[in-house]
Amino acid sequence: MLEVKNVSFAYSRTKRNILENISFAVKNNQCIAILGNNGAGKSTLIKCIDRICPVNKGAVLVDGKDVYNMSKNLLAQNISYVPQISASLNMTVFDLVLLGRKPYIKWDATSHDRNIVSDIIKKMKLEDFAMRYVSELSGGEAQKVLLARALAQEPKLLLLDEPTSNLDPRNQHEVLQIIKKISREHNTCLAIVIHDLNLAIRYCDHFIFLKDAKIFTSGTLEIVTPQNIEEVYGIHVNIIQHKGIPVIVPLPDKKMTEDKII
Amino acid sequence: MTENNVSQLQQYNTFIRRKKIVFFAVLFAAILIALFAVSAGSLNISVNEVFKSFFGKGDEMSRIAVLSIRLPRVTAAILVGAALAVSGAVMQCVLQNPLASASTLGVSQGAAFGAAIGIIVFGGGVVNSDSAATAVSINNPYIVSICAFVCGSLSTLVVILLSRFKKDLGPAGLILAGVALSSLFAGGSILLQYFADETKISSVVFWTFGNLGSAAWSELLILAVIFAVSMLYFMLNRWNYNAMESGADTAQSLGVNTKAVMLISMGVCSLVAAVAVSFVGIISFVGLVAPHIMRRFVGNDYRFLIPCSAVAGALLLIIADTFGRLIIAPVILPIGAITSFFGAPMFLYLLSRGLRTYA
Repeated sequence: MLEVKNVSFAYSRTKRNILENISFAVKNNQCIAILGNNGAGKSTLIKCIDRICPVNKGAVLVDGKDVYNMSKNLLAQNISYVPQISASLNMTVFDLVLLGRKPYIKWDATSHDRNIVSDIIKKMKLEDFAMRYVSELSGGEAQKVLLARALAQEPKLLLLDEPTSNLDPRNQHEVLQIIKKISREHNTCLAIVIHDLNLAIRYCDHFIFLKDAKIFTSGTLEIVTPQNIEEVYGIHVNIIQHKGIPVIVPLPDKKMTEDKII
Repeated sequence: MTENNVSQLQQYNTFIRRKKIVFFAVLFAAILIALFAVSAGSLNISVNEVFKSFFGKGDEMSRIAVLSIRLPRVTAAILVGAALAVSGAVMQCVLQNPLASASTLGVSQGAAFGAAIGIIVFGGGVVNSDSAATAVSINNPYIVSICAFVCGSLSTLVVILLSRFKKDLGPAGLILAGVALSSLFAGGSILLQYFADETKISSVVFWTFGNLGSAAWSELLILAVIFAVSMLYFMLNRWNYNAMESGADTAQSLGVNTKAVMLISMGVCSLVAAVAVSFVGIISFVGLVAPHIMRRFVGNDYRFLIPCSAVAGALLLIIADTFGRLIIAPVILPIGAITSFFGAPMFLYLLSRGLRTYA
């Protein structure tokens, strides 16, 4: 269970608030999508939750415990985070996933750690790549490796910053399905920053729209309406049902048809 | 535990064992070359005789040659090579910059300037004029080391501040900062020499050539202690360094206090490099080349890269020094020139093959 209470954040240099008074909660097994335009503060919000950008005000609780009072290792045992852009890594898949055990490692990795890594590699269907270097893998495979590393931390809360933005359509669905499956097995909370609204409504059950550093609105699928999307993103959309699956379709506005762009 | 997992873990163990083999192979080579270095020279001493001398037996002349001339020299090569290589490997990691090392970031030049202050201003060195190679013997190693460390740390401080407050500086920018710092300190050294008397000038000039023979046991002991402590610190942080390879945000989310690890590591690196430089003079490229050679064999896994770099650095410096001693014996070529002479082409070769990091 994740509780974010009245969180505000500003970079010390600019003083401009990136986040103002953000509050929400995610129960175990729930998956929350953090939505909004570029620069709305989505990535900053999850960095605040993981203490990478320390909040100026407010509190973050995981299972009722204050994240900001935990030791660094305890924090890493509770929350794992996969950033948007990752360095190209001259490290094997096994070693990278083993890094996820770092918060638990005292002097060296035990056989218990190695067994967990081996299990996760298998669950993520990465066995064939285990001894390959991450820098040699395709974008989709590398993203799965980073997820595997995050899962090896055995977190109570998993924070993902645009986990699907570099993936082809098949990998997008595969990655999100694996995340959901494993988080259900381990009873973890999920918070995902995601741009693709159709993927969001397909795989997430709670939604937060961020706009101008504040929560514009939040709630279940009911709040994902054409009106809210227009307010937040500034585009016209229709939401249609296709074989029982809601699909968000952007509509051309007048100017586009006049200019014959589409 | 399924069969699949078992075979995967076996694969991983084999992979790890291979890295250990690399370490022991380089270590073995270093020991062999070190023995050869002790036995070879104007007075040829057999390896058998070398061992006898270690235990205080054998011919007196060879015992003196081994114990008071060649052994300190080889020990100096081992310690200095290992110190420079390890500090290079760690600097490359915490700055996420493949070109980082004590000599490219201006730490060596800073330390040399400090040492010049120590020798000229504080009179830390005395001059005797027996031969070029012994032109400087430092009678107060402590004051020279302290001066070297302080000035070497100035470079480190500038590099740290630049990389913290100007995050978009990039790898090239940081190295340019190192170039600027190097020329600043080189200029400072020249000014110092300009106002010093002739004997002191010659002592500083010979000092900057680099001379592994100038380090006495007392100085080597200081270096050994500092090296051992820093090695312990680096090894304690090996998992942190591995995490930092994934970028600062990921490292933080894995429980690494990235700021503290970066600052303390840079401090320790500059301490160990500056002390090494202060005893034997500027030795370039070992700190840059040795880690990159080992990255080809063990990857960026600091559990193995740190010890492997240390041994590789020691090996490279023993080879370079032995070459310098034997090639036109009895003249001993300055080690600083030799390492640059061979280090630069080796580095260019590595560049042409593509540095296997941070691509």
